[in-house]
Amino acid sequence: MEINLLDPFWLAVIGTSLFAFILKYLGHSVPKRWLSHPRILKINSLIPIALLSALVAVQSFTKDSRLIADQRMAGVGVAIVALILRAPFPVVVLSAAATSAALFHIQ
Amino acid sequence: MSRVNRATAAQSLSVSLTVGAYGIAFGAASVAAGFSVLQSCLLSLLTFTGASQFAVVGVLGAGGSALSGIATATLLGVRNTLYGLRMAPVLNVKGLRRIFAAHITIDESTGVALSQEHLGAKEARQGFWLTGIGVFIFWNIFTLAGALGAQAMGNPAAWGLDAAVPAAFLGLLWPRLISKTDRALAVAACALALAMTPYFVPGVPIISTALLAVFFGLRASLWR
Repeated sequence: MEINLLDPFWLAVIGTSLFAFILKYLGHSVPKRWLSHPRILKINSLIPIALLSALVAVQSFTKDSRLIADQRMAGVGVAIVALILRAPFPVVVLSAAATSAALFHIQ
Repeated sequence: MSRVNRATAAQSLSVSLTVGAYGIAFGAASVAAGFSVLQSCLLSLLTFTGASQFAVVGVLGAGGSALSGIATATLLGVRNTLYGLRMAPVLNVKGLRRIFAAHITIDESTGVALSQEHLGAKEARQGFWLTGIGVFIFWNIFTLAGALGAQAMGNPAAWGLDAAVPAAFLGLLWPRLISKTDRALAVAACALALAMTPYFVPGVPIISTALLAVFFGLRASLWR
């Protein structure tokens, strides 16, 4: 089997994979003492909260760079209710999926 | 290996299955965009970060160049660097183990690790490894299934997966929102990312919220 490295699809597979790993490894390679300052520690613990919150919002309310309210919003809304009621994690996820799927099929 | 906490293992498995199942959609989308089955599987094995993978097949499928596909995917992968920063002191690994840890440093493994931190550092580490490896296994199996023509099952919306994935992330995040600062930051991050979405390429709105974390972090330490 030969791989044409100038084929855009192969180029995309190799380039995306290479950069994805470099980015991941970079975070693990920062010297520990750089991160020991209390203010840096605080910021470092807040960053995943910001990124994961943003991820939830983007996955729930956008499609192709547009803001959209659809069945996902209802699903995530049910998940929030389940979380407030202290439901176990699988219940949170399954209730969201069931709600969203039901609305999708009704439409 | 020390005993695995049951709650940690259960959460890791549910996240792995939920997110892994999304691999069907990726496999189908990738083949539909013109990638071969082999290329689709290699993306899942080697890139292994869902958002970047969807981005690159989306761009090339829409006729974009390899360069713009790689750039968009890379932008979406920048957050893994920040996750690595957060996870490195928790995992404390070197050499080959660090390479493995880096490869499975994604939204899910970081999310579960953080959600287990209140149980202890050991549980956080277990959550990271179990979830990272679990997602890796299921994501790749389901990518192959999707790529091999499970297009009938390939629409994630029909199975509610499009809501299950954000719900899963929300479930991971929820117990972490302890202080007022945490909650205010979460709401601000949602608002900023949504406000930016129509005007910026995918990846930028999510990454930009890291600046909010810096701002909230500095403010919190000024108040103390």
